[in-house]
Amino acid sequence: MSYELVFEVERGDFETAGGASRKIKKTLQQLGISSKIIRKVSIAGYEGEMNLAIHSWGGTILLQVEEKEIILTIQDSGPGIPDLHLAMTEGWSTAGVEAQRMGFGAGMGLPNMDRNADHFEIESKVGNGTKILMKFFL
Amino acid sequence: MKVSDLLKNSEFKCLNPQIGVEGEIKSGYVGDLLSWVMANAGNECAWVTIQTHVNIIAVATLLEMACVIIPEGAEVEESTLERAIIEDIPVITTGLNAYEVCKILGNAGV
Repeated sequence: MSYELVFEVERGDFETAGGASRKIKKTLQQLGISSKIIRKVSIAGYEGEMNLAIHSWGGTILLQVEEKEIILTIQDSGPGIPDLHLAMTEGWSTAGVEAQRMGFGAGMGLPNMDRNADHFEIESKVGNGTKILMKFFL
Repeated sequence: MKVSDLLKNSEFKCLNPQIGVEGEIKSGYVGDLLSWVMANAGNECAWVTIQTHVNIIAVATLLEMACVIIPEGAEVEESTLERAIIEDIPVITTGLNAYEVCKILGNAGV
């Protein structure tokens, strides 16, 4: 079994943000993945999608379903995170006023991804962008 | 209790009654910070939130919630209801506050 899907997420697109995560969830349901793993992928995917909409200049989510794992790769072209340690701290957020008013910016996006994925990697460079790789073992 | 049982109480009104309301409410959750809710709310819960924008339906769908309850008469955006109909998530409004909603859910055995 090998399956691949790419989603684009635009900056500031709060209205349709969440759409990629919904499609990912439906795809995994159709592939017969267990609901426990779907919940983990859904939460991590949603957080990644919202981070793209709130913080990045736009980016992509790549879903890969392999025989033994599900891989989510979330990548943007900027602006990049100056201090990854701070960004990974629960409660730390740089979300703007509008995003906070809508209930975003709890400072739990990256920690939620880390907590739900079996394997979590993040690399970021100011000016180059951020890449997050998450694996969920089947 | 089922969502339909909650709607027998005249304090609650479903804003998208064209969808099914026979889902079971297995737990309750109150929260307005979406990431916090994503991390902690249970599947098939009744989620009480003052947030009314379309992203609450994304959260409710991903967590397979039984319904979303908007307290204190807060107005729900049309785009939220349109999405809720597509995703089959009952959106319920009430003049009660979140605490009063939870008391009713608790008394009903949720």
